[in-house]
Formats: sequence, structure tokens, C-alpha cells
Amino acid sequence: MGINTQALMAQLLVGLINGSFYALLSLGLAVIFGMLNIINFAHGALYMMGAFVAYFLLSIFGLNYWFALVLAPIIVGAFGMILERTMLQRLAGLDHLYGLLLTFGLALIIQGVFQNFFGSSGLPYAIPTALQGGTNLGFMFLPTYRAWVVVFSLTVCLLTWFLIEKTRLGAYLRAATENPTLVRAFGVNVPRMITLTYGLGVGLAALAGVLSAPINQVRPLMGADLIIVVFAVVVIGGMGSIMGSIVTGFMLGVLEGLTKYFYPEASNTVVFVFMVLVLLLKPSGLTGRAA
Amino acid sequence: MPSQMAAQAAPRTVQSAAADAVLQVENLQAWYGESHILHGVNFDVRGGEVVTLLGRNGAGKTTTLKSVMGIIGKRSGSVSFEGKQIIRASSDRIARLGVAFCPEERGIFASLDVRENLMLPPQVRPGGLSLDQIFELFPNLKERLNSQGTKLSGGEQQMLAIARILRTGARFLMLDEPTEGLAPVIIQQIGKTIAELKKQGFTILLVEQNFRFASTVADRFYVMEHGKIIDTFANSDLAANMDKLHAYLGV
Ligand SMILES: Nc1ncnc2c1ncn2[C@@H]1O[C@H](COP(=O)(O)OP(=O)(O)OP(=O)(O)O)[C@@H](O)[C@H]1O
Ligand SMILES: [Mg+2]
Repeated sequence: MGINTQALMAQLLVGLINGSFYALLSLGLAVIFGMLNIINFAHGALYMMGAFVAYFLLSIFGLNYWFALVLAPIIVGAFGMILERTMLQRLAGLDHLYGLLLTFGLALIIQGVFQNFFGSSGLPYAIPTALQGGTNLGFMFLPTYRAWVVVFSLTVCLLTWFLIEKTRLGAYLRAATENPTLVRAFGVNVPRMITLTYGLGVGLAALAGVLSAPINQVRPLMGADLIIVVFAVVVIGGMGSIMGSIVTGFMLGVLEGLTKYFYPEASNTVVFVFMVLVLLLKPSGLTGRAA
Repeated sequence: MPSQMAAQAAPRTVQSAAADAVLQVENLQAWYGESHILHGVNFDVRGGEVVTLLGRNGAGKTTTLKSVMGIIGKRSGSVSFEGKQIIRASSDRIARLGVAFCPEERGIFASLDVRENLMLPPQVRPGGLSLDQIFELFPNLKERLNSQGTKLSGGEQQMLAIARILRTGARFLMLDEPTEGLAPVIIQQIGKTIAELKKQGFTILLVEQNFRFASTVADRFYVMEHGKIIDTFANSDLAANMDKLHAYLGV
């Protein structure tokens, strides 16, 4: 039984990083699903747009990573809100399938446009100077940027959880998820709140895109690959729960990392095997409320 | 100047019947999809009054309240609140003008605790009841503040549903069957609360099937049938109208 701590830790770290992206993306999907009742298939494309906005901000305007971290979620979030106002809003009250198809179409269009202009290869995006290098922890080498991604994502996830579960604005969101008509009859502008919620979910995806740019490069199809796994994460976690999507995101990232170490051949499928098991044993997901 | 004021005052005296109406509903029609539910409803509620809509199941009482609140998608006619036409307004705008609604199914949110449920409706005007005043009216709620909203008993949920619209500063309340399915002692408590609210100057439009209860709090009654108002009388004429009322309500 030779366990190579160094290699195991490295895979665990990769798992935590992937888990960070899963958590940020599935959290956004959960928030959007709660309010809009739409399974936002465009999420991966919007994540990709976050990375591209970071790239443009740097290459065209000379605005570095830290600006991108703030501006990309706002810019892509605003783009998302335009999509919601002009298209998604019209699907209110219809079956999930319509939203899924529309956002799937949007994802293909957005990715197609970017592919047309930038091909399929990756554009480089450097790690910001302040986060370069790393620390030797003795049992492993910890690159600063990767530690930053995990800590920052976790912080953003917990802040979002706090916003939704513990604040007055969050109480509006939760109440409107249950009974939008009544919340509106109390004087809350629910349609505007729905638009902002979509913007928030999309902003989280864009933020994940910026975080991933220095690690995975900037590619038109970077979201297309990721979104399939994220949907599996959402199915496993259950659509309803905010904390559930955060925990499941990180947990499945780690599960993948461990599999890469112990049985690398299965590392790409382990999440889906797990998904099938969950669907068979607890179809509403690990933390989801039954539909 | 004086002539201008006279010119403004003149039309008011002409429609004097409605001049002090907080809510004036004329020829209100409403539809659920293709089905036409309200066929020209007419009534008014004056400042400080408790007015009760009576009628059998399916008469259109809830639909009338929802139409005033702007919740029914397709409606026509005239609804004027404090002189403002609101038939085309969105429900959030109507709420912000000072109309508060307590729905028949109570609408307590399961994902919110009692405190959050209580604090949910935003302030629409200054002068809503303070939490202390609310706990004076509903002492039970104070002890249950941290419970999940839907873990309360039916009576407590009804009190919470009324309590939360008192905080907002709205002075016109629409209560849809607040006594439905509740024990007599709780009905009594709700009756006292409504009387107290009336004393504090609230104007209340109440929907009830229990006219024995309604007669203890209402100033006037309207009777609905098949989406229309078919009769109206003051509380003082209740005894004289008892036979008719029994026939209308089938009790
Ligand atoms: N969502 C709806 N869709 C279609 N028809 C409806 C809907 N809600 C109510 N109706 C119909 O509208 C009519 C009036 O219903 P409404 O709820 O206003 O009656 P009500 O007087 O409040 O009755 P109750 O005393 O039972 O509450 C009924 O015939 C009912 O079947
Ligand atoms: Mg009713």
C-alpha cells in the first residue's frame, strides 16, 4: 500500500479547484432555477464569456485581473439581464423544457460566435503578479493562485448563501420562489427582482470564468465541457437547495480528485456514475426537496 | 383663484355618494382564461368602515378581492382607490398605494420563519403598527418568532397573515375568510382584533361565509351571487333581512 502523499495532495487540490467551479456554477443554476424555474443551459457559455471579458479588458483596455474580477461579472450579468428581459421572461409559466431549449440554443449561438472569431484554441491569460509562486508545505507544493481560487470561491459561495438565507432581500427571494404573486401583492416589484436574480446567477458564472482564465486558458468551448459535469452536480445535489449546491460542488470535485489518484481511468465518469446512483436511490437529489 | 376652487369643488358635490369612498368599484368584470367570472360588480367602502362581502361558494368573492388587488390577469370596469383609478395598475403598484391583502389560503411562506414572514411585506406608507403593537394584538406570535412559518397552527397562521399586513402602513385591508376552518375561541379573537383595528381607523373589506361572525364586526353587507352583487344592507337592518339572507346563503 504505497500512498504517495505528494501526488494524492496534488489531486485533492485539483479536485478542490474543480469543486470551486462546480460550486459557483451550480449555485448560480440553483438560484436561477428557484426564481425563474428555468434550467439555464446557457450557464457554461456565460462562464466562458466571463473569461473572455477578462481577456478583452486586459488586451484592449489594459485593465488587469483585479478589475476583471469586479467588471466581468457586472458586464456579463448585464448581458444576462438583457437576455432575461427580451427572451426568458416570455417563457414564464411554461414547462421547464422550453427554458432548457431556449437557453441551449443561446449557448450554441454564443459559443458559435466566439468560435468563429477565436477558433478553438486557448488564449493565454497570465496569473496576476501578486498571486504567482507558491509555498512548500512540506508534504506538497501549494501554488498561491490555486489556493486563492479555492478560498475566494468558497467565500463568494458563503456570501451568496448568507445573502439568500439570512437577509431581507434573501427573504424576498425565498418567498417569491414559493409564491411570486403574493410577494408582488405586498408591493415588491417581482419582475425586476427576477431579472436581478438572473443577473446574479450569471454574474457568479462569469466570476468563475475569470477565476479559471489563468488556470485553463480562455477558450470558446471551455464552458461547454464544464456545464455537463455541473448539470450532473446539480442533479446529485438537488435543484432546490443553496447550501446543497455549494457542498455538492466541492464534494464532487474532491471525489473526482481522489478518483484521479486511486483509479484514474474512472475520473471522467465517476461523477456520472454517482449521478445515476443518486437518481436511482433518491431522485430529488441529496439535499433537494421533493418536487 | 376663488372661481377656480369653486370649479374644482363642483363635481365633488355631484358625486357626493362616492366622495368619501376609500374604494369605489363599478362594473367590475374579471376572467380566468376564457371563463368570465365577474359580470359587473358594483360596491364601495368608505373610510373607517368594515364592509363584508357575503355569498355562497363560488359566488366570486375571492375573485373580487383579487381583481381589486390586481392579481387577476384579465379585468375591466373601474376600481378607484382613494380617487385613483387602479384597474390597469400592477399589483405591486396597488400595494404601494396602500391596499393590503390577506389571502384565503393565508399564504404563509414555508421557507421563512415567523419573524421573516412578519417582516416580509415592505413598508408602503409611514404609520404602520409597531411590533409591540402587533404583539399586543397577537401575543401568541411573539413566542413563535423563530418557528418555521408553516409549523404554526391554523389559527396562528391566520393571525400571522393578518399581523404582517398591519406593519406596512396600509390603512385599507382586504381579508378573505379569516375565520375559515378555525375554532370558535380563535374566531372570537379574530373578531376582537377586527373591532380593535376598526377602532384604530383601519378600513376593512371582509369576505365571509360565516355571517353570524360578520354581523359582530361589519357596518354593511353586500351579497354576491354568480359574479354579481345581488343585495346590500346595513348591519342595523340585518334582523329584518334574515329570511332573505338565509335564502341567499342556503343556510
Ligand atoms: N384559478 C381559477 N381558474 C379558473 N376558475 C376559477 C379559478 N379560481 C376560481 N375560479 C372560479 O371562479 C368562480 C368564483 O370563485 P371565487 O374563488 O371567487 O369564489 P368565492 O366566492 O371566493 O368562493 P369560496 O367561498 O368557495 O371561497 C368559481 O366558479 C370558481 O370555480
Ligand atoms: Mg373565496
